[in-house]
Amino acid sequence: MSAATIEAPAHAARRSRPFAWVEQSLTLAWRNIVRIRQNPEALADVTFQPIIFLVLFLFVFGGAIAQGGSWHDYLPFLLPGLLVQTVVFSTMGTGVGLNDDFAKGVFDRFRSLPIARVAPLVGAVLGDAVRYTLSIVILMGTGFALGFRFQNGVGNGVLALVIVLLFALSMCWIWVWLGLKLRTAQGVQGVAFLVMFPLTFGSNVFVQTNTLPGFLRAFVNVNPVKYLVDTMRGLMLGGDIQKPLLITLAWMVGLIAVFAPLAIRAYRRRT
Amino acid sequence: MTTTNQVAIEATGLVKRYGNTTALAGVDLSVPTGTVLGVLGPNGAGKTTAVRILGTLLRPDAGQATVGGYDVVRDAGKVREIIGLTGQYASVDEDMSGRRNLIMIGRLLGYSRAQARAKADDLLERFELTDAGERIAKTYSGGMRRRLDLAASLVGDPSVLYLDEPTTGLDPHARNGVWETVRNLVLDGTTVLLTTQYLEEADALADSIMVFDHGKVVASGRPAELKAQAGKQSLDVRPAEPAHLERVAAIVAESVGVRPHVDVVNTLVSAPVSDGTPMPVVVRRLDEEGIAVTELALRLPSLDEVFLALTGHTAESRPQDAVLEGAGR
Repeated sequence: MSAATIEAPAHAARRSRPFAWVEQSLTLAWRNIVRIRQNPEALADVTFQPIIFLVLFLFVFGGAIAQGGSWHDYLPFLLPGLLVQTVVFSTMGTGVGLNDDFAKGVFDRFRSLPIARVAPLVGAVLGDAVRYTLSIVILMGTGFALGFRFQNGVGNGVLALVIVLLFALSMCWIWVWLGLKLRTAQGVQGVAFLVMFPLTFGSNVFVQTNTLPGFLRAFVNVNPVKYLVDTMRGLMLGGDIQKPLLITLAWMVGLIAVFAPLAIRAYRRRT
Repeated sequence: MTTTNQVAIEATGLVKRYGNTTALAGVDLSVPTGTVLGVLGPNGAGKTTAVRILGTLLRPDAGQATVGGYDVVRDAGKVREIIGLTGQYASVDEDMSGRRNLIMIGRLLGYSRAQARAKADDLLERFELTDAGERIAKTYSGGMRRRLDLAASLVGDPSVLYLDEPTTGLDPHARNGVWETVRNLVLDGTTVLLTTQYLEEADALADSIMVFDHGKVVASGRPAELKAQAGKQSLDVRPAEPAHLERVAAIVAESVGVRPHVDVVNTLVSAPVSDGTPMPVVVRRLDEEGIAVTELALRLPSLDEVFLALTGHTAESRPQDAVLEGAGR
């Protein structure tokens, strides 16, 4: 018996276009946005959580930490830091969501389709950019309502928001990778908290680093969160940003260079 | 068309191991274009593993397979162009409406927006889901969900379709709907590989059947051959009145020509038969004597009986293996 090849259907031609993977990624990003619209309660981590965090930290620590002894003086210091913390935290949702897609078999459907291997991953990341943007908008909105102002020009302030968003899009590749590597969504969450707490609390998000003991200061000085926070404060409030910005950009490139290929490999291997 | 001598799916010596568990221990299969192969076996027999390899979701540890003439490992992209997959896995997105799921797949496959919408609406209508089209898939009943899964696998007009236990857990009405769809697809020339735990389903749909056990093919052939190999059918009669048991046994004995087994506890008379010919005779005699029955059935051998006959052991479900198979994603 001869195994004559079966021809692909006519619509296959469109898929061989050079930027088909971009269109496919955008389609899958659209899917994630549709899901958000149909499950708005899943947005709690990027909507209410930032507000609660801001209000809590501002009024609990404000009086004790701020130089002037009032929360008004703490707000300009806290908000850029908390922005970084919130966005960094929300990146782990990407991994949890991907893991869920795998568990439910949705990714097997994608993997059985003749589409680019990177499309489902890039789609997930792009879709989550909407979540990150939302958390930024909500946190900044709350901050403005409480009296925060950009002190270094609106342009620099907006640039800061763009940089923190890009950082989130770079960092989430860690969670894409782990989301594919780890068996359960709970596992992803467990690892995420183990990493996130030292990264965000072991930093200058809440306090000046000169108050910290030596070992912790050594950790903070290699923590990318510190440099991102310094960049945010520099752009929003004024101050030197050259060094922290360069280190931040280097981290972003490094995170993508390491974790995006790992994630794609894990996606191919995950059977 | 020379469909009879063309092969759509061909596999030789497929092996897949997960740690110490061997899910597939050297499977050969061949499915002629435009026919239906039924893969029959209990949980953990390796059915799903075989489908996942043929669907390019899993690489075999040894052996090779071609679908539509393309190697499932080297030409996986080509294989994906022509296959559709429906099963316990390869699911739709529960958090989106049925219609959006279908549109999304259409867009991924390269349809324009308008084409993808038209295709989605077309499939929704064909699977009687038009009214539920805008509802989130999570809210669908089991039967609707299975129909949507099937519709999703047909967006790309596949010439080879894998159905992994398409009716497990469905009520008889929904099951008949799925069967009808499969029959229509085959009429249109689609090649189907179907896995099932029900001999009845394989018998109803498949041109040929393969029985899997412990990752191996333990029997194969046309449904009739397999049933002959597996043992006879049985004629079951359950009188409404236990007092009629003796009389019913006598009628069955006369009509069939062998002494039936009488189960006093369950008030059931059953006799082995080679086909359904004694059935009308039994019905007529019962009617003549005015004996009411609550059950009168010509029963195919169950999967357990097939297994007992073919392998010497029953088709015990091995949950441990099933879990491993599921965990090997």
